[in-house]
Amino acid sequence: MNYSASELMTVNAARLLRDGDTVFVGVGLPNLACNLARRTHAPNLLMIYEAGVVGARPSRLPLSIGDPTLVSGSMLVCSMYDIFTLYLQRGNVDVGFLGGAQIDRFGNINATVIGSYQHPKVRLPGSGGSMEIAAWANRCYIITPHQKRRFPEKVDFTTSAGFLSGRSQRLATSVRGNGPQAVVTDLGILQPDENGELVLTALHPGVTIEQVQANTGWGLKVAPDLRTTEPPSEEELRILRQELDPTGIYL
Amino acid sequence: MTKLCTLSEAISRFVHDGDLVYAAGFTHLIPFAAGHEIIRQGRKNLILARATPDIIYEQIVAAGCARKIIFSYMGNPGVGSLRVLREEVENGHLDWEEYSHFGMISRLQAGASGFPFIPMNQTAATDLEHANPHYRRVKDPYTGVEVIVVPPLLPDVAIIHVQRCDAEGNAQIWGIIGEQKEAAFAAKHVVVTAEEIVEEEVIRSDPNRTIIPAFIVDAVCHVPYCAHPSYTQGYYDRDNLFYLNWDKITETRQGIQQYLEEWVYGVKDRQEYWQKLGKETHQRLSVKPRWSVPVNYGEY
Repeated sequence: MNYSASELMTVNAARLLRDGDTVFVGVGLPNLACNLARRTHAPNLLMIYEAGVVGARPSRLPLSIGDPTLVSGSMLVCSMYDIFTLYLQRGNVDVGFLGGAQIDRFGNINATVIGSYQHPKVRLPGSGGSMEIAAWANRCYIITPHQKRRFPEKVDFTTSAGFLSGRSQRLATSVRGNGPQAVVTDLGILQPDENGELVLTALHPGVTIEQVQANTGWGLKVAPDLRTTEPPSEEELRILRQELDPTGIYL
Repeated sequence: MTKLCTLSEAISRFVHDGDLVYAAGFTHLIPFAAGHEIIRQGRKNLILARATPDIIYEQIVAAGCARKIIFSYMGNPGVGSLRVLREEVENGHLDWEEYSHFGMISRLQAGASGFPFIPMNQTAATDLEHANPHYRRVKDPYTGVEVIVVPPLLPDVAIIHVQRCDAEGNAQIWGIIGEQKEAAFAAKHVVVTAEEIVEEEVIRSDPNRTIIPAFIVDAVCHVPYCAHPSYTQGYYDRDNLFYLNWDKITETRQGIQQYLEEWVYGVKDRQEYWQKLGKETHQRLSVKPRWSVPVNYGEY
């Protein structure tokens, strides 16, 4: 079965979601992953969008975080202040999806600048909702292609917190969220160990440990119980290709 | 008392050189027509605040009207980067002040509430806090835990686009309501643009939907299609194709200047702009109705 890197990441991210989860969704692959999970093993997934939409049932692929298709047929629409307080920080969000230009050894994310903040080499869009989502969603997942420049030892700027420089550091802050639980890439899956350091816990079919290590900017450790992921199924690919992204905008 | 006037009059009376402007709307209801009018009137040294600067602020900056931007996500939503804003910041030509979305809307919430500052939870990520001196910490007097605080944001003028409004300025919005209400209450002056101007009795038939009361509104402008290439829920769709094309238009400064010449300086007002877009675009952005079930307020 042939599948693209985006399809592989989306399918694996979808499988991390649990039935009944309340998810803070982003556009692009996270949106596809959530809708795929809802059509397969998690029919009771509740999707929340930072624009203030709760219980969205998009009938077409949303192309922006505030797409009108998110509103029509949704359960509830509220202000941005409400979505970040009553929903996120009050403890009503199980899962947050995050992305960024850099993810480091301890799962900290940079979506702000490459280089120095005052004189950036590359200016990136910035936090948006991610600073609070990373802190206050119970579990966070990250979907990103696996390239060395995206996985430095230390991010240039911590836009949103992973485990800082070790799990105990995060625990010492007053944030409730448990931090990043998995980074899904096109090579495999990284998950934090007891110290909060990202280690390789799964390889996608046909990928080698050396390949992943060569594409990671620190000495990536391998979990003792390293597994190989199940390839995307025919049904998962059919839903993605025929129902969710028929014109291949994200896949 | 009617506050109806043309958009040109409203901008001329309530947006001045050097003002702090908040043109509201999270993806939805972005008042592009007002941005274009600001450009046509040649305002200078504006401070532009919006959670997502979007294309509207990129155009105002490209036209040389602004000196500073206050934001929390500076990208082309669903497409990628806003090239001009990014370059201006990278080159140090544009001053900036940055928050997370929650930091930004907390500032508006404080402004709208008349609070001296507003507390926020820590996020464990402290780099932005160190980069922006408006982020401060105080000790929670009840628990002793440190909380983050930000000061109120008090725009000189907020521009709010709405589905419908009466002539005095009682305004109703449905769909994504973003930070509209907070921006309006935080601002010293409020300009409302509306797809439809309706009788007061239409507003009174559904008071729960009114988010801005007339007494904080200074001007009401009837501007159909004001939000294009953004959208108005139930009236027209977001022009995603334009958001994609903008990425190409902004590949060169010449491209942007040509765009501004043709679509901003080259048209008199939003009506002319909308006609110029043509039938094909009108059709592409039209939406099929999907009505809500009416609610019964009861006769008392």
